[in-house]
Amino acid sequence: MTPDKILSLLPYSRPFLFVDGLNYINEDAVQGHYTFRRDEYFYEGHFKEQPITPGVILTETMAQIGLVCLGIYLLRENIESDQALKFALVENHTHFLLPVPPETKVVVTSEKIYFRFGKLKCKVNMKNTSGEIICNGEISGMIVKKS
Amino acid sequence: MTDKELITGLKKIVKPYIQNEAAFETMNADTHLIDDLKINSANLVDVVLDIEDEYDIEIEDDAFEDMLTVKAAMAVVSAKIAK
Repeated sequence: MTPDKILSLLPYSRPFLFVDGLNYINEDAVQGHYTFRRDEYFYEGHFKEQPITPGVILTETMAQIGLVCLGIYLLRENIESDQALKFALVENHTHFLLPVPPETKVVVTSEKIYFRFGKLKCKVNMKNTSGEIICNGEISGMIVKKS
Repeated sequence: MTDKELITGLKKIVKPYIQNEAAFETMNADTHLIDDLKINSANLVDVVLDIEDEYDIEIEDDAFEDMLTVKAAMAVVSAKIAK
């Protein structure tokens, strides 16, 4: 499954899509990137007159690239035959190290810890283009079979 | 391994994931992991992975889906250890 095909299967749209592209993806890992636009909706209030990307959005960005894109890739055979698969975030343990101002390009790298019994757990980090770590941690998601 | 040893071992494994202390205190073969111990489905995966590590066994998807009670978990572990 190609990166373009994976992006087309993501269940998000603006203003809540935080994946611009994937650098690579395989059975064990994925790397993707996103550039925060100057006019993202949350900058208006976070914070007053001092726009900084909220930690929950950084977490969401790590999850969309690191869990959902990788999950789609790992489940590619099921997904092609059954469009009803959904993912839910189930665990998150993240450390935040650097603030992210508007127009920052971030690169998310995710390595699979395990994918067993429908649960995908990954070690994920987010870096800026200077290679500095913005945040890192472990995030898990589960397949939810839509009835 | 006796049933008693097995329950003691399982009790240690589920401890970090339980949400119901009272059911955990009285945990026995009939205890249901989700309905009684209130272990959520994401943590149930961790329980089974910890069981694999503890007893050096591999549990398949079919067996995982059956492991909803202490009794069922004991049966899976006993059968695997015996092999």
